[in-house]
Parts: sequence; C-alpha cells; structure tokens
Amino acid sequence: MFTSRALQTSARRLAAQRTSIAVSKFAPPVAVATNTHYLQSRPNTSSVEQYKPENARADSLIAKQRRNRPVSPHLSIYRPQITWIPSMFNRLTGIILSGGLYVFGLGYLVAPALGIHMESAVLAASFAAWPLAAKVATKFLIALPFTFHSFNGIRHLIWDFGKQITNKQVQVTGWTVVGLTFASAGYLAAFV
Amino acid sequence: MAALRTTSRLARGFKVSPASLRRSYATVQPASKTPKTKEPALDKEAKTKTFQIYRWNPDEPTQKPKMQSYTLDLNKTGPMMLDALIRIKNEMDPTLTFRRSCREGICGSCAMNIDGVNTLACLCRIPTDTAKESRIYPLPHTYVVKDLVPDLTQFYKQYRSIKPYLQRDTPPPDGREYRQSKEDRKKLDGLYECILCACCSTSCPSYWWNSEQYLGPAVLLQSYRWIADSRDERTEARKDALNNSMSLYRCHTILNCSRTCPKGLNPALAIAEIKKSMAFT
Repeated sequence: MFTSRALQTSARRLAAQRTSIAVSKFAPPVAVATNTHYLQSRPNTSSVEQYKPENARADSLIAKQRRNRPVSPHLSIYRPQITWIPSMFNRLTGIILSGGLYVFGLGYLVAPALGIHMESAVLAASFAAWPLAAKVATKFLIALPFTFHSFNGIRHLIWDFGKQITNKQVQVTGWTVVGLTFASAGYLAAFV
Repeated sequence: MAALRTTSRLARGFKVSPASLRRSYATVQPASKTPKTKEPALDKEAKTKTFQIYRWNPDEPTQKPKMQSYTLDLNKTGPMMLDALIRIKNEMDPTLTFRRSCREGICGSCAMNIDGVNTLACLCRIPTDTAKESRIYPLPHTYVVKDLVPDLTQFYKQYRSIKPYLQRDTPPPDGREYRQSKEDRKKLDGLYECILCACCSTSCPSYWWNSEQYLGPAVLLQSYRWIADSRDERTEARKDALNNSMSLYRCHTILNCSRTCPKGLNPALAIAEIKKSMAFT
C-alpha cells in the first residue's frame, strides 16, 4: 500500500514533468498501470474546511500562539502497549514486504542487462553454500515480517467487522499474534 | 578530535534561525539539570515519593521545557494524583499550573499523561511503590499553554464541526417530544457518557500526525452518537461529511483510544461501526 502509493506518485510526477522522450513514453503508462492497485473513489481531502492548515490564516491568534508554544512530548514518553507497538510494526513490515518485492522484482528485471546473475538456480546454489546457522537466521528474518503482517492482517479484517475490539480481546489477540508470528517464522526457518 | 572541533566551530557560525525555531520542540530538559523541591518538614515515618512534572513557562518562551522533581510524603497526601498536584501547588510551588475542577471524573479538566498513559489525574491512584518515580506530562502532542495545560482549541473546533446536536425537519408526532424505543435508546449507551477530556484523541498516533484534518477518536465517537440516534434525521449528511480520506479514514485501528479511556468507553468500536455503516449501505 505504502510503497505502491510512492511508486504511483513518482510515476505521476514523471508523467507530468516530461523530462526526456524516454521518460515521457514510459511514465504515463506506468502511472495508469499502477493506479489499478487502489481505486480511490472518495475525495482525497477533508470535508472540514476550516481545519486545513492552508486555510488557517497565518496572522490568526491560534497561529501566532502556536509559533511560541512547545509541542508536548509524545512517542518518546507514551508507555509501550500491545495496541500501538504491533500497529507500528504492521506498517513497518508492510513497507518491508512490498518494498522488498518491488526492489527484488526490479532487480530481477534489470539484472540481465547489467550482467548480474539473479536466476533462481544461481541464487539457490549460492544460498546452499552458506553455513547452516546463517541459512536459518536469514530465513527466520525474512519469514518474520511475512508471518507478522499476515496474522495481524487477519486481526485487522476481524476488527473491520466490529468484532474482537474490547480491551481484553485486543490484548489476547495481540499476544496471540506475537506468539503465532515467532512460532510460524521459526517453523518456516527450520523446516521449509 | 581536533578536526571535529574545527568543523563544529564552523557550524556554530550559522546561528541565524529565529528563537522559536532554535528551541527543540517535543523534548525536555532532563530532571538531573533542574531544581528539586522537597517536602518542607519530613517525619520519621514519612513515605516519600518523587514526582517528575513537565514545566514550561510562556513568560520565558525561548527556554526549553524541563522536568522538575517534587518529593512528597504520601502519608500527608490524598490517594489520587490530583491530590498530589494540589498539595504541591498549595504547599510547595504555587507556580505549578494545571486544570482541575470536579475532582470526580466528570468534568474532564485534569486530563494528562501520567506514567506514560493518558488519564484523568482525579481518577488515577498514586502508585504506592515509593521507590519508583511518577512522571507527569501534558496530553501528548498538544501545544502547551503552560506546564500541564494543553491548548485544546483545535479539538473543540473539530467537535463543533460534527454538529453535535439533534437535527430534524419533521415536528414530533404528538406535538410535544421526540420519542424513542427502549432498543433505540440502548444504542446510545457507551456513547453519551463521553466527557470530551481528549485523553483518547491525544493517545492516538494517527491524531498526533494529522490533528489538523483527522477528527480523532473522541470526536468520531460523538459523531457516531448522533449517527446512531434514531431521532436524528441527518444521518446521511453526517456520514457524507466523513466520507473523505482524512476525517474518518486516518483511523488505522491502533486502539490506543479504547485502552486509555478513563471512562471505560470504546471509541474504536464506535469508529468501526461508522466505517461499517459507510461500507455496507
């Protein structure tokens, strides 16, 4: 979601700029193609007019006061809880997974042109030469974002139906997801 | 080392930013560098506990906010955090500033961040573990007016924007009052009790980063209170006002809101219900 949005925004920007012939030929189709990832039907702004920062007049009283007031501490002082810490990791693992896929996919695409060997057989052969501990550790680290994002994604789908959303249930399902994540990542690293 | 010193001296030459930019914002001076205030006369059986309190004075706007520590005898202090604050203000440091009114959790004035969690000082017991310090901050990611007093102007403006009152075009059938079935009235339980203390909104990371446009859990809970009301006739208009990328959908189900609510309400559930009613129409 996050990376596809970044890709889409940069493609749109490139299409609008028309820097060179190659880019202007390439960018518009990419912008159109990547747009199918998320069809957005709702307006991309807030309907509450007076709260857009650009509508707040710079000389208004609140703007003047804010220039002198400090912002109270937030992330650094809030107690780590099973609510927001996994939520943060959900975003991070999402970026790692989708970003990793894009980077690897684009690398795979351009590798032959650059003379780098990224064929499956070559990758498998070089991976096989590693010591066992390194193999298991690498597999575990790659499996971890995948398992966490998958299990937490299921939790999000349940929440979207208004279920399992009381404090107690959120704590139970939260720790369940953490347990399942490590167990399944360990299984994938050791046996698959 | 010598090379480093030269570079840092070069960097020091470029201090042209205004005072308001030079001050770092969401950080504080550590307590080790600030004055410590102790109980005036200590008994032999004193049960002392230290409170670290966020201080910032608008009369010295270029000064960095700091943590000031106060040591109190718990035997002489009431059981709640608000008692400790009032005692500090009365007997030790009259410059300490905070909001309070009802001291029983119905006005929502004394909302603040106590030991890392947003709550009402009047409903929060002082932890009896005297070895551990308690840390008190204003509500997170708000503009600080003074010490523990946050500026909630934006929060109240957002509340006003959802039109928190009954909107109807048709007069009551009996000419007297708008009636409601017991089942319909039950739908408002867990919604009308909200006292708008802003604990939930300021616990929400999404609201921290987008408070200009995202309405936040407290205001969305109130919005749902009017969407769910069987007597209101502007349900669709209310939902339309939320149907954009910012007002409602910046909620990423982080669930800090329900976790922190000092009244035990569930804003996350209310937001989930709004999202459901928008999706399945």
